[in-house]
Order: sequence, then C-alpha cells, then structure tokens
Amino acid sequence: MPPVFGVLFDGLAYGVLLFLLSVGLSVTLGMMNFVNLAHCSFAMLGGYVTVTLMNRLGWPFFATLPAAFVAAAAVSVVLERAFFRRFYNASDLEQCLLTIGIVFVSIAAAAYIYGTDQQPVQLPAFLRGSIAFAGLNFAIYRLFLIGIALIITAVLVATLEMTRFGAQVRAAVNNQRMARGLGIDVDTLFAVTFALGSGLAGLGGALAINLIGLDPSFAFTYLIYVLIVVSVGGLGSIGGSLAAAILLGVSDIAGKYYVPAIGSILIYLVMTVLIMLRPAGIFGRR
Amino acid sequence: MTSTTIAEPRDHLQAQMRWRWGEIAFWLATLLPFILAPDYLLLASQVAIAALFVLSLDLILGFAGIVSLGHAAYFGTGAYTAGLISKWGWGEPLTGLVIAALAAGLFGYVTSFIIARFRHLPLIMITLGIGLLLQESANSASWLTGGFDGLQGIHIWPILGRFRFDLYGYAAYGYALAALFVIFLGARRLIHSPFGLALRGIRDNSQRMRAIGAATHSHIRTIYTIAAMIAGAAGAILAQTTETVSLEVLGFQRSADVLVMLILGGAGRLYGGLLGAVVYMVARDQFSGLNPQYWYFWIGLLLIAVVVVVPNGLLGGLSLLTRPAKAKS
Amino acid sequence: MSESALAARGVDKRFGSLVVAANVNLALPPGARHALIGPNGAGKTTLINLMTGMLRPDAGQILLSGKDVTAFAPEERVRRGLARTYQINSLFPHLTALESVTLAVCERRRVAQTWWRGLIAYREEIEEAHQILGALMLGEVCHRPARELAYGQQRLLEIALALASRPKVLLLDEPAAGVPREESKELFAAIAGLSRDIAVLFIEHDMELVFRFASRVIVMVGGSILVEGTPAEIASDPQVRAVYLGKATRA
Repeated sequence: MPPVFGVLFDGLAYGVLLFLLSVGLSVTLGMMNFVNLAHCSFAMLGGYVTVTLMNRLGWPFFATLPAAFVAAAAVSVVLERAFFRRFYNASDLEQCLLTIGIVFVSIAAAAYIYGTDQQPVQLPAFLRGSIAFAGLNFAIYRLFLIGIALIITAVLVATLEMTRFGAQVRAAVNNQRMARGLGIDVDTLFAVTFALGSGLAGLGGALAINLIGLDPSFAFTYLIYVLIVVSVGGLGSIGGSLAAAILLGVSDIAGKYYVPAIGSILIYLVMTVLIMLRPAGIFGRR
Repeated sequence: MTSTTIAEPRDHLQAQMRWRWGEIAFWLATLLPFILAPDYLLLASQVAIAALFVLSLDLILGFAGIVSLGHAAYFGTGAYTAGLISKWGWGEPLTGLVIAALAAGLFGYVTSFIIARFRHLPLIMITLGIGLLLQESANSASWLTGGFDGLQGIHIWPILGRFRFDLYGYAAYGYALAALFVIFLGARRLIHSPFGLALRGIRDNSQRMRAIGAATHSHIRTIYTIAAMIAGAAGAILAQTTETVSLEVLGFQRSADVLVMLILGGAGRLYGGLLGAVVYMVARDQFSGLNPQYWYFWIGLLLIAVVVVVPNGLLGGLSLLTRPAKAKS
Repeated sequence: MSESALAARGVDKRFGSLVVAANVNLALPPGARHALIGPNGAGKTTLINLMTGMLRPDAGQILLSGKDVTAFAPEERVRRGLARTYQINSLFPHLTALESVTLAVCERRRVAQTWWRGLIAYREEIEEAHQILGALMLGEVCHRPARELAYGQQRLLEIALALASRPKVLLLDEPAAGVPREESKELFAAIAGLSRDIAVLFIEHDMELVFRFASRVIVMVGGSILVEGTPAEIASDPQVRAVYLGKATRA
C-alpha cells in the first residue's frame, strides 16, 4: 500500500478527534450564538482529570474517560449558570473577551498545578502498538479513536433525529424565537446541550493525550483548530463539523508530511478562503 | 421656526472638539520621564510604541466596530519592512518609517476588501486567519525574515544626523513620543470630521447607514487602511529603536495584548487606549519577574472583571463617576 | 402615461415554500399619498425590503422614475431618491439627533469621507440638518443622543433621517407604531407637512392616519394585492371587510 493511505489514516484519526473537540461548540454556537472561546479549556480540563486519576490515583484508563466527560460537563454547568447566561445578548466582542479571560485563567491554573511539561499517560497494553497491514503500520490507538468517534457520532445523530430532546435541539438551533413560542424551555435546553458539548470536549481532551499531547497551552493551540472546524463546517451542523474536522485533519497531516516547509499555511489559507466563500460554513444555515 | 440661529448647533459641536485641560496635562506629563525617570526611558519608548499600536486598533474597533484578532499583522509588516530596509543598507529612520508605514498600509488596503464584507464570527475568524497566515509565512520564509532567529544586521543611523539610538533611550523615547503625538493629532482630527461621524454611524447601526445612502464598504476600507499604516508605523519604530525584529511582532500574543490594552482603557475614546497601554505596559514591567503564566492569570481575571463590571474600560468607569462630561474626547 | 416615481412590476419572492410576494404590481405617481394596508404577515414590510433592495426578487422589476433599479444596491437606490423608515426604530443610539441627521446630509452630499476637515466646517450641512429637525419639532432636543429621546421623538427622528436624503419617494413603515396618543399630534403634523414633491407610500394599521392622509389605498393579503381604490371605496369593499374580520387565510 502506498504511504498515502497511512497519511489518510493518521489524518482521519486526527480529524475525528478534532470533531469530538468541536461538535459541542458548533451546536451551542448555532443555538445561542454565544462565542465561547473557552471551549477548549473544558477539553484541557478533561485531559488533566484523566492524568490526575491515572497517575496519582491509579485508575485504569477506560474508567477515567467517563470521569473526564462528567467533570467537564459539571464545570461547564456551573460557569454557564453563574456567568455565561448573562451574556447571551451581549456583543460579540464582550463574549470574546469574557471567554478569552477564562482561557487565560485556565492556562495559568493548569501551569501552576501541573507545570508546563507534557503529561505522559500510560495506555493499557492492548491499546499500544500497531497492526501491520498491506505493508503499512496502523496504530491501534488510532483505530480505537476512530471507533469511539464513530460510536459517538452514531449516538449523537440518533439522539438528534430520533428523540424528543433532539427534536427540540434542532428546533432551537433553527429558530430560537419560534422554539420559545412553541413552549420549548430553551434556557434549560441550552444548559443541557452546553453541558453535553463541554463534556464531549472533556472526553476529547482525555483521548487527545496519546495523540497530540497535553500541556497548558492546549486550551489555546487547539482552540484555533476548533474554530476552523466550526466556522467551515457550519454552526449547528453535526455532519458539517465531522466533514470539516476530517478535512482539516487530513489536510494538516498531509501538508506536514508532503511539504513540511509549508507548515500550517495551507490550513489557514484554505480556512480563510472557505469562510470568505461561504461565511455560514459549508453546511451552515445562516 | 425658533429663533436659534446657526451659531448655536455649531457651538455645541465646537465645544466637543476643544482641547480640554486633562488632555493638555496628559501630553505635558508624557515629557516627565525625561526629567523624573531617565533610567526608564527605554520602557517609556516601549509604552509609546504600544500606545501608537493601540491607537490604530481603537480607530477600527472603538470607532468603526471591527473586531480584529489579527491586528499584529500590520504591526509586524511595518516592523519587518523597516528592519529589511536597514539591513539592505538604508538606515535612515524617518524615511524608513514612512516606507514601512506605507507598506503596512498597502497590505491593509488589500485585506480591507475582504474585511469590509463580513461581520460577527466570520469577520473575527478572517482577521485571525490573516494574522496566522502571515506569521506562518514569515516563519517559512526564513531566507527573508530570519525565521525563528529573527532579522539580523539592522543598523539605524542617527535621527536627523544627530540623535543616536542607544541604551540611554533619549532618542528612542523622543522619537516614539513625537511620532505618537503627531499621529494622535491626525487621529483626533479624523474623529471630529464627517468621516469620524460616519464611522460612529457604522459602529452604531451599519444597516441604517446603508439606508441613508452611505458607502459603508468604502468607509471601512479607508479606516482600515489608515489603521494599518499607523500600526505599521508603530512596528517600524519598534524595529528601529531596538534594532531587532522577531516573529513575535506578527504573533497572536501581540494581537491579543493590544486588544486587552484597548479594552482595559476603554475603546472609542482615543485616550482610553493610551491609558490602557500605559497601565498594561508599566504593570507588565513591574511584574516581569513573575512567571509569564501568572501574569496571564491576572490579566484573565482582569478581562473578566472588565467585561462584567465596567464594560467601557477604565475611562468608561471614570466617566460614569463624572457624569456631566458627556462629550467624547 | 406619465412616469411613476416608483413602480413594482410582476415582483415575486418566496422563501422555500413560503410565498411572500406573488406577482405584485404597484405604481406610485409623483406626489402620491398612498397607503398600504393588510393583515399581519401579508408581506407589506417584505415588499418595502424588495423595493429598497434589502431583498432581491425572484422575478420582476423595480423601477425608480422609470429606471430599472432591480440590480442596484440599497445605498445606490437611496442616492437616486428612494428613502425609507423602519417599523422598529433603527437609529444611531449614541449619536445625537443633530449628529445623526447631519451625517445623513453629509452622506447625501458625498462629503462623509473627508477626514481632514472638522465637522464644524460644514456649516450648510449642519444648518440643513437643524432645519429638518426644527420642522419636525425636534429642535429643542437635537443635542440629546437618540437613545435618550422619547419614543414619539424617535419615530420623528426616523422620518428626519429619511428626509435628509432629499428623497423623491418615501416609504414609511408604520410610522405611528407604538406612538402613544399624546405624542401622535407631532407625528401627524410631520406627515401632513411632507412636501408635495415627494411620493409617499405608508404602511399603516392606524385607520385614522390612513383616512386622513391617503388619497389611495392598496390592500395586500398573503403576498398579493387584493384590491386598490380610494379610501371610501376600500372602506365599503366587502372583500376587504372579510379579510379584516377574519375570513382570510394567513400567509
């Protein structure tokens, strides 16, 4: 098999991770138009929860994943109730500044507690190593990532399409005023959705440790990628986020593999051009 | 028709434009470092450069409502242009400054066509994208920019043949302060012109601007180009007074810092940005012994506090306390 | 046949399956005083948006003094003499009334892009703005920011802004909407005082206003024009009665 398949595989794994990190932001941005730049702080939180539980308390890896989800979701509920809800009608600038402030605080706190080094985490034995197939090596962890992401996507889509909750979410994303008018409790709906989205980010953060690493700058470095996914994929669109995330993942890996000198230029260029052509995102509505 | 003549409405507008005691005091105070704190003149020049940069952001954000997360792109363009001109043999600072500002202005003009067409999240993303693109490109083009190590071999000739940039900082601060004052005068004039009024109209309600026949895109392109030139001038002065240029002049950190300074002091008031720059830069210098992580912790808290408590920044908070003063500087 | 100041010919517009304008034909002669009435959701404001250029029609043309402006941007149509006011105040909250109208005058006179001369040097523009405000009884409050004005005064400022562009055609979207009884006197006087050179089309639910000022009434339902006539004819038309008394379908 030519190496391009290896590149595609790695890009796919990276892409689905970006999807997990981004999907929550896409939905909440689409629903409330609240620019939450602190979204990746929740991801970082999830990552550090896993690190703490595994390295200091000896928990097995799989047990930490739900813990990361729950921790991130819980913190997000507190922040949303205490702070964010007062700013849903504020200007873009105020929302940006508020959430950037939270990012700064979270990065400093992480550096204070954990230091600025990468946090290593020991994977369970069966997730380490790779499978050789048709002349290429496919890392087992990446297969695992892709698998988890597919399951989660299926659950998300099923929830959105088949449950009453999902129908309410779709209604609120589509037309908030109308949804309120129909008696949907948009505020509670949003709090729940926000918690779920942040929880997913936390889970993504935990899963990210063994793919892209974890250090205090995570909240910021990956924010940019997440924003790209959300802007290009379209607000409130799960399919769009998945497509954009995979596109971004593959482009980034391919770019760095084939033309390392270009670095991230290609990504930023493609993003800027795509946003100009389709400001509402490829699958976006507004 | 009442008996009020034309004099009355004009008088009111004229009163808004008049120089206030506070303003004169402020500018006189900028001369104090020469006398009272001669050891800190290099810091003072950094403050003046930051103030000039913030001024340029205020024009687009405070007055026209354009939220930019990538304004350092123009600062960096000015810095690298000034550095390269010197490296290639022409070290005269004043002409170098003008050329660098024009280069940044040209880049601003080109990008303004894109900027003018978008608002809200897409605009924020595009400004971010342009900034990141430029930084990455500068990183890659290390044959031109020196890459990670920065530009080497910059040597600036003395200003007007007499004032050398040295470690004492007299020339540096004098140069930066003079540039700041002159450009400020221009910006102040702009604010009180019909164009300044149009910008405030765009910020307040750009849809209504179109409904009164305003060419909003053209206005935005103009102010964006002017702001890019000013940012480029600030970058050039930094390059010339420190004789170094590195990638961070284009970085997101710089774009974020200038945004924080502007918000701290209060956007849309010209003096707010200047005040924010002074407070931020002096504080940062005082706490420079601290781990940078802790600095950003406090800045983060401060940002949150500003947004929650005093959305109009320091100057906004002050003006709430001194209610009757209703006119903008 | 003399040229209409403003005309819509065969205008269609739909959003997905929702038809907001169906083959709308409308002609506004110079100096007209026409009223556009109809139940909520009939497409009246949408029609104004189509005529001003905020929306593009799927089919049909918009003509201003005989010239096809269908492809022109909103600000271009304003420069050619088409002005509008908004149903919900769309003002410049932080600008004073005088600044707002002066801005509109400066934009009309194409001096708004000069940044090197002070605003106070533009005496004629300021004077003109002051006069417009004075005629609308806003002279006393011209130095107050728009957001500090009483609601009725804000509605008048809406009209002042539109008049500052010296329009030949003025579209008023529910000028009396939300104005309390005590403040409506100035509003009525302002509308009565509009120059006979200007063709006015106003959307209104307030029938007193319609019968006082309109020489012709157009009734719109579900995106189409149902009937047109003099106020008396419309008042006695059984179809119109049915629409207003509940037999009509909502769009």
